[in-house]
Parts: sequence; C-alpha cells; structure tokens
Amino acid sequence: MCGTCGCSSTSNAVTITKIGEEEKHEHLHSHHHHHPEDHGHHHHHGHTHTENGGTKTVIELEQDILHHNNLLAERNRGFFEAKNMLVLNLMSSPGSGKTTLLEKSLHDLKNERDCFVIEGDQQTSNDAKRIAETEVPVVQINTGKGCHLEAEMIYRSLSQLQPTNQSLLFIENVGNLVCPSLFDLGESKRIVIISVTEGDDKPIKYPDMFHRADLCIINKIDLLPYVEFDVKKAKDFARKINPQLEFIELSATKGTGMKSWYTWLKCAQDEK
Amino acid sequence: MHELSLVHSIIKLASQHTKANNATKVDQIELEIGTLAGVEMDAFLFAWNASIPGTILENAKRIIHKVQAKARCKSCGTEFDIQELYDVCPQCANYVHHIFRGKELKLKTLVVS
Repeated sequence: MCGTCGCSSTSNAVTITKIGEEEKHEHLHSHHHHHPEDHGHHHHHGHTHTENGGTKTVIELEQDILHHNNLLAERNRGFFEAKNMLVLNLMSSPGSGKTTLLEKSLHDLKNERDCFVIEGDQQTSNDAKRIAETEVPVVQINTGKGCHLEAEMIYRSLSQLQPTNQSLLFIENVGNLVCPSLFDLGESKRIVIISVTEGDDKPIKYPDMFHRADLCIINKIDLLPYVEFDVKKAKDFARKINPQLEFIELSATKGTGMKSWYTWLKCAQDEK
Repeated sequence: MHELSLVHSIIKLASQHTKANNATKVDQIELEIGTLAGVEMDAFLFAWNASIPGTILENAKRIIHKVQAKARCKSCGTEFDIQELYDVCPQCANYVHHIFRGKELKLKTLVVS
C-alpha cells in the first residue's frame, strides 16, 4: 500500500520509479496531482442552451475524447524539441526483443551521445534493471492493469529522468500491438518491432499499429532458417497498410544489421 | 483494452463540463466513433457498463453515432467506403489512399441538469 495516500499502488495504480532511487517512486492519481489544464477554468466550453424551461442544459462540445492525452503529448513534444532530443516510441508484442535491442543499442551508442530510457510494463522493474546494467539512466513505469503508456506518464517521468539536451530517449512501451497505437506520447518517431518467430501476417492482424509507425524493425533474423516467416510477405502486408513505412532487418543478439539501425537513428536526428 | 481508458476519459470530461455548467448529473451523452478509430465496440460497451455505475453518467442516456470510414485514392481520386486499413481502391486497385473520415473519437453533446 502506498505510504503517502493509502492506495493499493502495487495492484493497479500507475507507479513511476527511477532505478537506483526506488524509495522516491511516485503514483499517478487524479486525487493528488494537478493536471496542467485543471486551472479552475475549462477549455472547450462548447455552446450551451437550456431546455425544459431552464432545468436542462445542452452542451455542444465536439471534443476529442483523447483531448487530455493529446494536450500532454504536445507539451512533451515541445519539451523534446526545445532540447533537440530524438525520442523514440518502441512498440511490439511481448517477447519480440525490445529490451535486448535496447541493451545492445545503448551499449554501442552511450559513449557517442547521452541516452535515457523510459520502461513501460504492467508489473516488475525487471526490464529497467537490465537497462540500468548499461549505466544509462532509466525510469520504470508500472501501469498496473493498464495496457499502454499515456502522455501523462511520460510527462511525470521526465522530472525524475532529467534528460539532457541533444540526448536520445527510448520509450519502451508495454508489450502490446493494439492499445499503444492510439496514444500519442509526444515522440519524434514511432517504431514497431516484430520478430521472425511471430507470424508474417502480424501487420494485417494489427493494422492500426503499422498504420501509424515510421519504422518497422524485423528482429531475430538469425532464426530465419528455422522458422516459416516470409520477410517479403510481411513487408508487403505492412506496405499495404502504410506505403511510407521503412524497414530494417536485424538480429539484436548476434549484432547483424545493427549498423543500418544506427544509420537510421542518425538520419532521424538530422531530419529534425 | 484501451477502451477502458477511453471510457475513463469520457467520465472525466463529462464531470468537468457538468460542474462548469453548475449541474449535478448528465441526462444524455452523445458520442461519435469512427469505424477506423481503433475502438472495438464490444470492448467499449463492456468497459462502459463496468465503469459507469456510481459516476455522473450513471443514469445518462447514451447515444453513439457510428461514422463510416471513407478514403480518397491518391492515384485516381475515387472516394470509397473503407472497411480495413489495407483495403484497395475499388476503381484502380491502388492501396495508397488518404482516410478523411472514420477516425473520429468525439464527445459531441451533453445534456445536463
């Protein structure tokens, strides 16, 4: 139970923990945080008129349901742009090798530029601890019952992470190919990772994720001789959903193709 | 199950607007959801029924307008109803298109008292 507010934080509330400073974790609850737009006045008042002799009010809003998330995502984006950061939202099914790809990338890149990581998982700090081994600053977000990261979680993580100017921030989303696609975090680029041990029809099974991605990484290509995965078929499916999608084939464990990935990162930074 | 987050956002928005209009309850809520908005309606209704009791929306009449997604082919300009993101143009079979309707996720109106 949370010592500050008495909530059962370990079950389904969101917790944010900087690895190495575990005792300073914080919770995300509407009852003790001030959301940026809660200033006592409301945006999007809409147009109102009364009915039934004044007892009922009709409020015309036309308001996006994701308004709150999108507002905070834009705040994050402004912060990232002002600091000239490159921010990548990594999304995939559980087990596609996101954390291994990150470990390898951080090992190779951390001496060239400052790197930071935000880890999203429903439970445990296992992935963040793996990242912390690389000596890169990392914050773990545990979403509890939540199946995706939201902009507000990133917004609150940043105060603990304190990323530097010109840095590279990797956000490892919760392993899930459906829900994270709907939530803008303020990232510069969206990356979807699939591995060859999954089906090559993943793109048409989970079209929303591929529709909004900038890059698709096909991981574990060292296993291609042993599995049925058809790389060309997977790419064709993905291109039908998103003709602009770029692809990189690699093996994070063997190091194959990592150079193309680092070149892509460099180009993404230069494009900004 | 991001539908649960969406329902929670709706409850939050409805509460804010109800309070801002010095009302205490919502009598009717009108939503607009596009067919390609990424919302599974069964999951949405399940999340709704699980979350609404005890909130300001408990007794509100719920109206959902489904918006059929439409795309314009980038090759021949044909406008067509699109069911899946990977559908091809019925005129020229090209799959490069722009979806201009059907991604709506909107709170349209509230009737409060």
